[in-house]
Amino acid sequence: MLNSYDIMETIKMIEEEHLDIRTITMGISLRDCCGEDIHRVADKIYDKITRTAERLVEVGVQLEAEYGIPIIHKRVSVTPIALLADACTSADVTVLAKALDRAAETVGINFIGGYSALVHKGMTRGDRNLIDSIAEALTETQCVCSSVNVATTRAGINMDAVARMGEIVKDAAYRTRDRDSIACAKLVVFSNATEDNPFMAGAFHGVGEGESVINVGVSGPGVVQKAIQRAGDCDLAQLAEIVKRTAFKITRMGQLAAKEASKRLGVPFGIVDLSLAPTPAVGDSVAHILEEMGLESVGAHGTTAALALLNDAVKKGGVMAAAHVGGLSGAFIPVSEDAGMIDAVRAGALSMDKLEAMTAVCSVGLDMIAIPGDTPADVISGIIADEISIGVVNNKTTAVRVIPAYGKSVGDEVCYGGLLGSAPIMKINTNSPAKFISRKGRIPAPIHSQKN
Amino acid sequence: MRAVITVVGKDMVGIIAEVTAIMRSHDINILDITQSILDDLFVMVMLTDISKSKVEFTAFASELTALGDQMGLKIHVMHEDVFNSMHRI
Repeated sequence: MLNSYDIMETIKMIEEEHLDIRTITMGISLRDCCGEDIHRVADKIYDKITRTAERLVEVGVQLEAEYGIPIIHKRVSVTPIALLADACTSADVTVLAKALDRAAETVGINFIGGYSALVHKGMTRGDRNLIDSIAEALTETQCVCSSVNVATTRAGINMDAVARMGEIVKDAAYRTRDRDSIACAKLVVFSNATEDNPFMAGAFHGVGEGESVINVGVSGPGVVQKAIQRAGDCDLAQLAEIVKRTAFKITRMGQLAAKEASKRLGVPFGIVDLSLAPTPAVGDSVAHILEEMGLESVGAHGTTAALALLNDAVKKGGVMAAAHVGGLSGAFIPVSEDAGMIDAVRAGALSMDKLEAMTAVCSVGLDMIAIPGDTPADVISGIIADEISIGVVNNKTTAVRVIPAYGKSVGDEVCYGGLLGSAPIMKINTNSPAKFISRKGRIPAPIHSQKN
Repeated sequence: MRAVITVVGKDMVGIIAEVTAIMRSHDINILDITQSILDDLFVMVMLTDISKSKVEFTAFASELTALGDQMGLKIHVMHEDVFNSMHRI
């Protein structure tokens, strides 16, 4: 018989501490949907997604009921659409975004990722067409998420793409100016993007993946926070141990859900993403974990060290619990989606610069940060270039998802509701990097990328 | 399939009788049961075999949840694998 203490612990985690499976994401290859006629391609995309993911939501709901653990999202990621855009004679790629959106609606999911391009070294015609269409595509669709990989440690940084993405982010913000520039919340600029990430907005089904795959992202900041709280005044090695044990348990749940979903759907299991993903709900905050560790507020000096400890312990605990680990794997620090981060920004305790430093030691990057609407495109490119450099030099994934909220300035807030939450507009450095950004070209790969 | 049923709440007469009556009506067998009372708080954990039952798992779970609501108790029914995977290596 199972120990009743263990049983009650699990139930408490779910009932009171927000333990959940954040997402079951089905990756689907669309490489067999290529063609010259874009409308024909759109039909093939729609058919393939709705056929392959037909039972995704049903199985997710079934598992949720049987295992008694909430599965918050069921989602789909697809082959980067730029690869399909290459073959299409038409330059208007938004037709494909609309097909993705329709497919998502039919399957019954809230987000579909993969309106993406991988341009870390250069751009093809399809890449260019896709990037040019991102702002319009995200404005005219509901569920489509877009990402662009502009750098890798092996290739260096494509500054032409960085410069262009600054303009695209601005355009996306303007086009959705009546909805707090929400298009920007669905757009991520990456370095070292991962091929098996189950989390939106950055999920896509990489070219090295198979026909279809099930990837799972777990979550449980509240569980970790409560475990630290119960431990009381222990030293930091003991604290790391507590986080490891908790992460192990959380991840085992993810592994179970992934294995079972894969079996029931007849789709291979890919990875479990060892993540601590917050939501704006009370008791589901990564910032509050850091504060539980002993910081007066997230953003205080010591925050980066606390986050480094947390991120490392989550991985160490999670790795043993899962058969395959991948995706972004680490603590997420989005501002708008984390009650503790929002409070710290409002109180002036957490700055943009501190957030940038924090991204050097965790996953994933400058995430869901609202900045003044009058921020010029080249400043946004500067923000992207800095964040991407951290990823390239440290051999890790970093990303930028900033929202230059149209018509708003420091002191205002954007409010999306739901999981996207709300965010105070953050002060940024307004000195111009225009000359540097306009030089374009590629920043060479760092020396330690030469490993062969 | 084996399921774990947990019941937590204020102690009163007839909790086990009410829960097991529903189980009996669905042909669900009890494999193991532990129960304790801590400061008036009733905590019961049951391991059950539901493989012979004809009722849908979700229907059974919601029937017990409804009983819990009626009696002011928290009743959970979950697949045994959840606990095995989380607490056993």
